[in-house]
Amino acid sequence: MKPLLDAVSTWAIPLLLAGIPLVALARRVKVYPAFLEGAKGGFETAIRIVPPLVAIFVALGMLRASGAMDALASALAPLTAAVGLPANVLPLVLVRPLSGGGALGVVGDVLRSDGPDSYAGRLASVMAGSTETTFYVLAVYFGAAGVTRYRHALPAALLADLAGFAAAIAVVRYVFGGP
Amino acid sequence: MGVIWTALVALAVATAAVNGRMAALTAAAMESAGKALAIGLAGAMALWLGLVKVAEEAGLVAALARVARPLLVRLFPEVPPDHPAMGAIVMNVSANVLGAGNAATPFGVKAMQALEELNPRKGTASDAQALLCALNSASVQLVPATVIALRTAAGSASPAEILGPTLVASACGTVVAVVAAKLLARAWPREPAGRGDVA
Repeated sequence: MKPLLDAVSTWAIPLLLAGIPLVALARRVKVYPAFLEGAKGGFETAIRIVPPLVAIFVALGMLRASGAMDALASALAPLTAAVGLPANVLPLVLVRPLSGGGALGVVGDVLRSDGPDSYAGRLASVMAGSTETTFYVLAVYFGAAGVTRYRHALPAALLADLAGFAAAIAVVRYVFGGP
Repeated sequence: MGVIWTALVALAVATAAVNGRMAALTAAAMESAGKALAIGLAGAMALWLGLVKVAEEAGLVAALARVARPLLVRLFPEVPPDHPAMGAIVMNVSANVLGAGNAATPFGVKAMQALEELNPRKGTASDAQALLCALNSASVQLVPATVIALRTAAGSASPAEILGPTLVASACGTVVAVVAAKLLARAWPREPAGRGDVA
């Protein structure tokens, strides 16, 4: 299982980088203009991400400098050690379903403070990609259909978020080792 | 988000006041704001979304849709296979897996509206609508491009090493979304209005 996951991580992007343009060329797609058009959209996405990144980086940077983060971390230490969820990754569980930009801010902050190749950095990276922005998705989709009574959609989606987070902890520990 | 953010900032200022760390706090606020502007992020996002656009134009979303269709027809038994809603559901899920979020949302919206036409109780989510929303809120991630871009910008030795684990974790979330939506549908019956209300 682990070698397979390593192979997926190593090969997926190179294969897609070469494979997609090759298939597109074979189907007579104008590859270069299509790439430039998409890349423009990517640049705009990156710029849209910056304001929430600033907001979250500043709030978490201030919390760390004030000493509040250390106090929180030591208060939660028994709990976080038991679950394998470092205190600075914990905010991700609360923010991820609410705000995609906010979640990226928390991930960026963990990558900056602990390093991208630390346990906390890897866990935050996997957790961010393990689910979507649940409340946003439900608001947009039900809103577009004029549905106001969601029934079991929200509990089902939140259960899926929890499962994704738990799976993220288990997989990161399995592949990279524990904290 | 506004309440959470304000509370975090206020808590930081109050704690800094107690600990006498006000100067460090100001420096951290300014320095953190500067760190958010990672130029590398924009480049990596542009590369990935450029590639996704090429994939879309080459018909790869449609190719994946052909593979996903039989499975989705089984997951949504109450939707006729040749109804426009099914076509939109298939395209929505396929675009999501490929990471083409901009393409996935219009299909998802179209699917929800088509499902509302099939919905006998307008305004109350049908089982199919709840399942589609749960699927979209826990989508499988083939390539978490933004996170990989963030890791590159942070100087990771292997930014993509989280790709396989993310695939597994998001697949677990997706499976639970389907199972939970199917099982919980019975606990939230459609008749007594009010129980499933979201105020």
